[in-house]
Amino acid sequence: MTAGVSIELKGIAKTYAGGVQALKPTDLAVARGETLVFLGPSGCGKTTCLRLIAGLEMPDPNGSLSFDGEDVTRTEIEDRNVGMVFQSYALFPNMSVAENIGYGLKVRKIAPAERDRRVREMLALCGIEALSERAIDQLSGGQRQRVALARAVAIRPRVLLLDEPLTALDAALRERLRGELDQLLRSLGITSIYVTHDQAEAMALGDRIVVMRQGAIAQIGAPRDIYFRPASRFVAEFVGAANVLSGEVRDGSLHLEGGKLALAGTGVGHDRSLMVMLRPESIRLIAPDQAVWRGRISAVSFLGDRQRVTVTGAAAQPVTVEPGNDLELAIGDLVGLDPAPGSLVVIPKETDSA
Amino acid sequence: MRRRLPFMLALSLTLLTAMFLVVPALMSMLAGVTSVYARGISSGLTTEWIIEVWRLYADTIWRSILIALLTLLATLLIGVPVAYAFVVNPSRFTRILDEIMTLPLAVPGLAVALAMLQLYGGFTDFRRSSLFIVAGHVVFTLPFMVRAVAATLSAVDIRTLEEGAASLGARPLRRFLDIVVPAAMPGILAGSLMVVTLSIGEFNLTWMLHTPLTKTLPVGLADSYASMRLEIASAYTLVFFIMIMPLLIAMQIAARANAGKEALP
Amino acid sequence: MKSRRLFAITCLVPAVLVVTAFFVIPAVMLLFIGAGKGPDGEAGLWRYLAVLTTERYRSAMVSTVILSLLVTAVTLVIGGISGVFLARNRFAGRGILVACLTFPLAFPGVVVGFMVIMLAGRLGLIASISVALGGDRLVFAYSMAGLFLGYLYFSIPRVLLTVMGVAEKLDGRLIEAARSLGAGPWAVQRDIVLPALAPAFVAAGSICFATSMGAFGTAFTLATRIDVLPMVIYQEFTESANIAMAAALSVMLGLVAWLILALARLNGGSSVAAAG
Repeated sequence: MTAGVSIELKGIAKTYAGGVQALKPTDLAVARGETLVFLGPSGCGKTTCLRLIAGLEMPDPNGSLSFDGEDVTRTEIEDRNVGMVFQSYALFPNMSVAENIGYGLKVRKIAPAERDRRVREMLALCGIEALSERAIDQLSGGQRQRVALARAVAIRPRVLLLDEPLTALDAALRERLRGELDQLLRSLGITSIYVTHDQAEAMALGDRIVVMRQGAIAQIGAPRDIYFRPASRFVAEFVGAANVLSGEVRDGSLHLEGGKLALAGTGVGHDRSLMVMLRPESIRLIAPDQAVWRGRISAVSFLGDRQRVTVTGAAAQPVTVEPGNDLELAIGDLVGLDPAPGSLVVIPKETDSA
Repeated sequence: MRRRLPFMLALSLTLLTAMFLVVPALMSMLAGVTSVYARGISSGLTTEWIIEVWRLYADTIWRSILIALLTLLATLLIGVPVAYAFVVNPSRFTRILDEIMTLPLAVPGLAVALAMLQLYGGFTDFRRSSLFIVAGHVVFTLPFMVRAVAATLSAVDIRTLEEGAASLGARPLRRFLDIVVPAAMPGILAGSLMVVTLSIGEFNLTWMLHTPLTKTLPVGLADSYASMRLEIASAYTLVFFIMIMPLLIAMQIAARANAGKEALP
Repeated sequence: MKSRRLFAITCLVPAVLVVTAFFVIPAVMLLFIGAGKGPDGEAGLWRYLAVLTTERYRSAMVSTVILSLLVTAVTLVIGGISGVFLARNRFAGRGILVACLTFPLAFPGVVVGFMVIMLAGRLGLIASISVALGGDRLVFAYSMAGLFLGYLYFSIPRVLLTVMGVAEKLDGRLIEAARSLGAGPWAVQRDIVLPALAPAFVAAGSICFATSMGAFGTAFTLATRIDVLPMVIYQEFTESANIAMAAALSVMLGLVAWLILALARLNGGSSVAAAG
């Protein structure tokens, strides 16, 4: 199938009529065939960014957008040849499944025989051959999602744009379709841009993740980068659970209320105070007499596959730890905390304190 | 049970009200097929009055149907695009236009008719044709079409549906015909029934706008109420009921079908 | 999407043309005619104040307003009680009852006038009953009372439908919650149902008032001598050929009706299904 195009945004910004700047001037390059995920809380500008790339919104003057070097900044969406999957799917209720999938081909005046062939190919690709003649209101949420995807891919778009395509589904189905979607995107090899507020979805699907906040890019990187080396406290806390701890640096260690953490290997030593991040799953609970960092358990929730334990007294704020489900823990127990080697991440001081 | 008393009171009031509405209508239907109403049914049932009505007023009935259909055509061609524009591209201008378009509902028909007469009274050919009445009916019924269609379009999130069609390469006119009009169909149907019903029954404007050669059904009715015997007036009213009843029933069915659709997830 | 904006703007053009040609320009012209030369050769804005200053017009305006207020109040009480009742109860024959209560919805004013004649005219039901009971022949169709009956006939179906529509959407759980907190049936009506219906009442009431103000067909059928404002305007126009006065009175009548609707809308009573 097609591999799609590379995309380049240069100084693309969007200010709405009311003067609200939904997207600050942004530069971004998407490689051919890459799956890029925009991740962020609602109102962060991720959907605006997607709609700008789609051509549903026009950017402020001075920005430029190109597909494979061809300037498409002022091209209307109907001429951009982009496939789009909407959060609500936007399936046409007056058309059957097959007619929905074939609509883009009909608009392109592709001969009926060829159109039929490609619709059947899409139905097969998405595993919905049996639904071909169904009306849209007879479909389940998951089936609608597949039809929407088939319809977008049928036109052999230069870019596939997906706006929270799994958000409308319940949790179990979402997880299953996420796997299918991942396989499909990889097999098509098409350049895809995916918007979501769900960090697990972003991790699972993205070659790279763009974390957005307040109309600007907070960090771009591969899922592992984003998770293990967050560039800011915001990214650390938005992507996964995080303990962000502040303390004094003395003798190569970070001093906290309940003890100290060795800073060896983190490459810092001169700052007087420091902010670090520790993921809950990377802290081991050990006997207090073997530990240099201690606290008292104030809450335990058994989650089935693991437990979530809140430890107070270890740092200024309570520290969350997620040990395995085999430890017997009780509120009030004194425990030692042992971060896994290399799990301590220094968070850069934020220029903007928001 | 404590609910009994309020229930019975409300039921009695409702039944009384229903009788107030239904009894005169039934009486008039009966009068329309009674030989001599003053002497009661014992004078015998007859179709002679209905035949007489047909002889005297058939032209008003045909004209009313024609005017209603022309009004419908105009409100469809004008109203559906406006409703679409109101929903997808609202602005200060569309709000003002909406306000102006609904004004003929608030302003008495008499005033609207008076105003139209002053401006177009001099254009004799237009003034004398049924099209003059159609123009009045369009002004009066257009807001009903626009509202019905706009309500349907807002309910189906037409903006996103249209964005879907645009992403597949369809241009504006094509999107309008392929996506917007089918999506608006329930509203178009409800609005059409409303427009036809209103146009067939419209009197306030029409009385002022009509000429002796462009009498409509309600104008003829007023004429018969003023100058014909009660039996003929009743028979004519009966004909009107028969014409309007299918429209009312269709409106009910359409409303129920729409309500049913909204109830689905 | 720029293409959509352009297309949407194009979609407005026919409506703008038609509304301008057949409503806006005529209406503006009417404003000028109202202030222009009348049969008396005088011009001026004073005619707009004649509704207040000239005895005949003032009394017509006052009786029209009082009549409309009365009709609105009675219609709201009847339509409110029956509407809530029909929305909240299911019983055999309910469908037929609803049909009986709503079928006059599409009757023009003239037909409604005729219904009043059937009820309270010389050969009407009330006259026959009063004679049968040994009394005088009771005839009041051709008076203000007849008009009142006619406007009720006209308004009840509309108000009832509006109230029923809102009452059916009323969240039953609210009522269950109130009951669980110990509220009796009257308290439920007062504290839950009425407040929820208030916007529908405002909307339906304002439309009822505005249509009663402007209604013409019913009065026309019953008698030309009932002095409500629309009839007075009609007489000025046809009998006195005083087009200027007819125009000025029409404008004032339209203004009052529009003001009532606008006020109601500001107070949360948004548009209602059927007017006219």
